[in-house]
Amino acid sequence: MSALLRVEELDVRHGLLQAVRQASFDVVEGETLALVGANGAGKSTLLRAIAGAHRPAGGRVVFDGEDITAMPAHRRVKAGIALVPEGRRLFPELTVEENLRVASASRRGGPWTVGEVLEAFPLLQPLRRKRAASLSGGEQQATAIGRALMTNPRLLLLDEVSLGLAPIVVEGVYHSLRGLIEAGTTIVLVEQDLARAMGIADRVACMLEGRIVLEGARGELTREQVTDAYFGLRRQEASA
Amino acid sequence: MTETALAAPPAPRFRVQRWTPLSIAFTGGLGGGIAVLALGPLVFGENTQYNLIQLFFLAIMAMMWNALAGYGGLVSVGQQAFIGLGAYGAVFFSVQHGLNPYLSMFLATLVGGAVAIPVAAVVLWLRNGAFAIATWVVAEAFAILVSLDPNPAIGGGTGTSALLPFNLRYTPSQRLHYTYWAALGAVAVLLLLLFVLLRSRLGGSLQAIRDDEEAAASVGVRVLLGKGILFVVAGAGCAAAGTIILAWQLSVLPLGPNSVFGINWTARMIFMVLVGGLGTFEGPIIGAVVLYLLQTYVSISGVWYFVMLGGIAIGFALLLPRGIWGTIQERFNVQLLPVGYRLRTGD
Amino acid sequence: MTWVADVVHGILLGGFYALLASGLALMFGVMRIINLAHGSLALIGAYMALLLTEHLHISTYLALAPVLPGALIAGYLLQRTMLERSLRAGQLVPLLTTFGLLIVIANLLQQFFSPDVHSLDAGRIGPASWHVSSTLSIPWFDVLTLGIAFSVLGGLHLVLRLTQLGRELRATAEDPDTAELVGVNARAVYARATAIAVAIAALAGVFYGMRSAFDPNSGANELLYAFEAVVIGGIGSLWGTLVGGIVLGVSQEIGAHVNQEYFALGGHVVFLAVLVARSASSAPRIRYALRRFA
Repeated sequence: MSALLRVEELDVRHGLLQAVRQASFDVVEGETLALVGANGAGKSTLLRAIAGAHRPAGGRVVFDGEDITAMPAHRRVKAGIALVPEGRRLFPELTVEENLRVASASRRGGPWTVGEVLEAFPLLQPLRRKRAASLSGGEQQATAIGRALMTNPRLLLLDEVSLGLAPIVVEGVYHSLRGLIEAGTTIVLVEQDLARAMGIADRVACMLEGRIVLEGARGELTREQVTDAYFGLRRQEASA
Repeated sequence: MTETALAAPPAPRFRVQRWTPLSIAFTGGLGGGIAVLALGPLVFGENTQYNLIQLFFLAIMAMMWNALAGYGGLVSVGQQAFIGLGAYGAVFFSVQHGLNPYLSMFLATLVGGAVAIPVAAVVLWLRNGAFAIATWVVAEAFAILVSLDPNPAIGGGTGTSALLPFNLRYTPSQRLHYTYWAALGAVAVLLLLLFVLLRSRLGGSLQAIRDDEEAAASVGVRVLLGKGILFVVAGAGCAAAGTIILAWQLSVLPLGPNSVFGINWTARMIFMVLVGGLGTFEGPIIGAVVLYLLQTYVSISGVWYFVMLGGIAIGFALLLPRGIWGTIQERFNVQLLPVGYRLRTGD
Repeated sequence: MTWVADVVHGILLGGFYALLASGLALMFGVMRIINLAHGSLALIGAYMALLLTEHLHISTYLALAPVLPGALIAGYLLQRTMLERSLRAGQLVPLLTTFGLLIVIANLLQQFFSPDVHSLDAGRIGPASWHVSSTLSIPWFDVLTLGIAFSVLGGLHLVLRLTQLGRELRATAEDPDTAELVGVNARAVYARATAIAVAIAALAGVFYGMRSAFDPNSGANELLYAFEAVVIGGIGSLWGTLVGGIVLGVSQEIGAHVNQEYFALGGHVVFLAVLVARSASSAPRIRYALRRFA
């Protein structure tokens, strides 16, 4: 079972700061990987590097067997990678529907259309013609995910989708995510909420100061192990 | 895991250094060079003096444009407003009011600086492209106003000449000598003025403004004041250059790209500063020398000359944006004139 | 009574300025580039039409058929070669490189076409006008120009609102990084915007050549007027460009009425007055500035 996404010893700089150090991991098709870690651990930068928004200083990104390290972001979208950026980053003066339609520039075939997205996120149906800047946080998040889906991705990258949202709204978002997972979408999601991350993911990777310090399947890792790795503690009873 | 108390290393002592041996040597050399040039009228032939005057006013223009764009981030496409103002101002004082032409030149320089204040009040609020166009509009407005002036001394659209005020008092040879010294003097004064400004707190403020205007304002940097000072200095400096042009070629026109209010002066300024090094102190002087050499020794017809200037300027902007001096400065970490600070550790 | 004629003529002139300025506004709106060579590019359109009409003996309007697609291609190439790099190099650089281009174009035109003035034949509509009254006469050509300006602005509006290209243009203008992340090729989008802008400039240039005599240095002046129109109308607003153009046109006509030589000056004065008024109206800034100076 070869990996859909393979990241090999990726080094990414953020200005003068080394944000990601020697990151390596695989994601198999259909799998859900959760990237956890404290603020500044490098998770968003890693995701953006996979999506093509950030040029790595070293290492490789291989997607479906093809080395895409030098490929510009819009071509990666055509190849099947979609990122839902941190903070949603909708186009504020465009309406919900226009935000969705812009993403069809990639012209990839697939089941997702404006109609399908609105069905998957019914809360957006009455908001089609509303300016994105006037939406609430939850509505924006739904639109952002829908916009990424419009590119019919094989790999969906989600950056902090629960950030700044009320718990009940987050519940709704994760409900939709479960639907996507059941449909077979490969997902890498960055999540600060450990409980949610471990609840939805098949595998978990924890980052600390740019490095992946812990990785394993959901069943293999305990909460304590992940928490320790998250904070960079080392206990007497050494593990993994 | 045991922890051993580590002895703290001795705290390093820092020294802030402004003058390095290299910069002392260079500044000395620069001063000496100016002193040597001052001997020019006694040593050089008339042709050389005539040409060098051109180098001097080109250097002034380059320094002024660099002060605006390199230090203030203000791309002005209308400094010719002040060049023309200087030239016509000198005409006004000497031809119309009969004052000594060199006194007139000095007064016109002051007028240039004074006029820069209300102009700044109108245009300094603007950013980037809007600022650029507004300065150009001001230049065009000045040009039109001058060309419509009914005063016979100003001459309207057909231009005017300062022949009379000079010839009444000086022989052509004297005019050449005195203009040479006036021009060289202006270069030296403006160099000194910029040097002092840059070494002062204004210099640090300008660097901050260049890097991030909002952040600078938030720590108390007086952004508008800084830019305003630059604009007034540039106005006076360009006016000085304009007066020298008048003394040098005697007759001036108000309209057209090659007039004293013409856009071609900006073309030359941009060329000199881009080639020499935007934002460096030494760059504009180098750029002026390059332009001077091109003008004197490369004989191409008028239009191809400007095509070449424009093309080279574009090339530098895209390929070598730091200019000759900026690239050298970056590569070898050299600074000839002590306008910055260096942090030294140790003794 | 002739003040009415000034206003009417000013409005018609404004139509021309709006046409010329719309390309400038498009490039600024999408890419934040002030193309100082915009007027020069328009002028190239006029000279190309001149070549075609002189050598092929076709009407000026027919000459548009090859000139416009040529301008599209030229604009696309201009963006991909020069402006793209200028954008990446910093905020000041596009101003410098487009200024350099202005100088190069003006002098090349002078080299190949001589400094003499030329003009283009406007056909039968050229001399025709509607004699409304003894003091007011409306040239049909100016009405045509105003109509074309409306069509172009309207067309741009429709393209931006209704087409995929328009959505991509607006999205890239707001957030080029995120646009890339949803599959939009930002560089291609910019190139298409410049292509359209240069084509509109060429169209405006041809109409300019039909309405007045031109020489190689006309590009600089027309750029100035176009930019004044954009600033007066409010940078970033397409229809504002029309308003700005009309205000400028009326100002210039009134200036010319006062004294024939004051034509351009009328526009410059109003332009600067608008700037002063805008600065003064941001009162908090004035207070802030005064505190800083005190």
